[in-house]
Amino acid sequence: MIKGIFKKTKYVTTSIPAQEKVPTPIIPDGMWIKCNSCDQIVYKKDIEENNRVCPYCGFHFRMNARERIKLIVDEGTFKELDSNLLTLNPLDFPNYEDKIRQQEEKTGIKEAVITGIGRIYGEEAVIAVMDCFFLMGSMGSVVGEKITRAVEEATIRRLPVIIFCASGGARMQEGIFSLMQMAKTAGAIARHAEEGLLYISVLTDPTTGGVTASFAMLGDIIIAEPGALIGFAGSRVIEQTIRQKLPEGFQRAEFLLEHGFIDKIIKREEIKKTLGKLLYLHKEVK
Amino acid sequence: MADINQNLEQLENKLEALREFSDTHGVDLNKEIKAVEEKLYELKIEAYKNLTPWEKVNLARHGERPTSLDYIDKIFEDFIEFHGDRNFRDDPSIIGGIASLEGKAITVIGHQKGRNTKENIKRNFGMPHPEGYRKALRLMKQAEKFKRPVICFIDTPGAFCGIGAEERGQGEAIAINLMEMSRLKTPIISIVIGEGGSGGALALGVADKVYMLEHSIYSILSPEGFAAILWKDGTRAKEAAQVMKITSEDLKNFEIIDDIINEPLGGAHKDIGELAKSIKKLIINDLQELEKQDLESLLNKRYIKFRKIGEYQ
Repeated sequence: MIKGIFKKTKYVTTSIPAQEKVPTPIIPDGMWIKCNSCDQIVYKKDIEENNRVCPYCGFHFRMNARERIKLIVDEGTFKELDSNLLTLNPLDFPNYEDKIRQQEEKTGIKEAVITGIGRIYGEEAVIAVMDCFFLMGSMGSVVGEKITRAVEEATIRRLPVIIFCASGGARMQEGIFSLMQMAKTAGAIARHAEEGLLYISVLTDPTTGGVTASFAMLGDIIIAEPGALIGFAGSRVIEQTIRQKLPEGFQRAEFLLEHGFIDKIIKREEIKKTLGKLLYLHKEVK
Repeated sequence: MADINQNLEQLENKLEALREFSDTHGVDLNKEIKAVEEKLYELKIEAYKNLTPWEKVNLARHGERPTSLDYIDKIFEDFIEFHGDRNFRDDPSIIGGIASLEGKAITVIGHQKGRNTKENIKRNFGMPHPEGYRKALRLMKQAEKFKRPVICFIDTPGAFCGIGAEERGQGEAIAINLMEMSRLKTPIISIVIGEGGSGGALALGVADKVYMLEHSIYSILSPEGFAAILWKDGTRAKEAAQVMKITSEDLKNFEIIDDIINEPLGGAHKDIGELAKSIKKLIINDLQELEKQDLESLLNKRYIKFRKIGEYQ
């Protein structure tokens, strides 16, 4: 009797047809991104909808210029300036034209900065946004010229200037011409400043080299995004020069804040609001 | 450079041998000696006219190449050096002070490389920290206050790359100099005497007149750094020097500098006296012209000078 309790009951067995095997899901490439900071695997669309900020840890991914303008400027108010300036090859640098063409195709923009006039919470300003996806946002003649023209336009119209910096520095392929853009942009900002006008520089990841050593560091107010790499020399160059490892957090926005070189670190979602307030507080009484 | 030197050396040896033979054997070889001497001179002229960019890099970095203090000593009288940025420390890789030029007070500033290893370590091989640029700016502002012109000598591989330099704002220091020089209310003349490396050079280079010594170089970055960044291979510096267009002729052709100052045959170190004389003459002439202008037009011209640089369509 007791034995019977443990007796095997009859099973119904069926054979699973081979075609019913659960297929491994095919995930299209680039649907998911691993966060650079917390290593979480994040659905790309979630990041895009969250202004390219990791929903888990708040890491700020890099953003292209068009996305940035959409995020910052009041809808339908942005009028682009000098969109037709084209890059030449002043040094006859090998394959430079091809490189530029490739970058154009990759990014859909003609150079590493977009400039224009727009409104932020109704306040008018000249706005320049660099794009680090175009040849690392490097500054050659066109970038220097577009920024200079934008600043000059602001001086003439008595408008504030806001520049979103994102650049690896001066563009090597245009050599000395790139270097001289530093003096050119700094000169234009000096003239804007002489008129008592406001310049806000927003430093995003990365802001280095010749851009740091010119207009990026000349803002009346300098804001940075959390974690942005900001510095003059690249970390690899420094490590090679001094032959030692660099400390954790070196050249990050927080490091610059601590050393007194920026006014404030502001999260991406708050930047538009902050800019709106700053523009309002600097409004000229006419 | 190696090839030229070898050829020249061979000829020089031959010449020496001829002289010796003539002396010891009492044979009159004057004619032959003169012929070789002439040939040597011609070859030298030819060689130094056709230096490759890399040969110029080596000449610009030559251990015996005169430094800012050498020129100051030869061009001005009564140089009094001033120190410190009033914030952090005195940076020995930039020197500055006041001097007199034919009785007229001038502010003189320059990058300073060492003339031997020990001095080079003290002067950090002419690579300034932020406080160096801030000292330079302090002295420029002083010049503005006392209405005396500023002469800058540029000679640096670049601004120093290190932890302290970043902590103290290397980028900010250079940026402020560019902005303030663009509107400094007194004439400025800058002369590249050796290496004009990157933003670290430009931070003394926003001037009404910009000159380069014949065998100096002026570039966005050292050829080594350029090759490391673009080709991830710093050893391709020679090739980089070729494509970068960094010689005085290149920059004159690009209309980025006003003029080239010719060097004595063999380079500045062969006869600094003569070179200093011609620089002095140039400075005196320029200052006469610049000081005639009213400030507004001087500053306008300085703005336009840099405003117009750039190639685009």
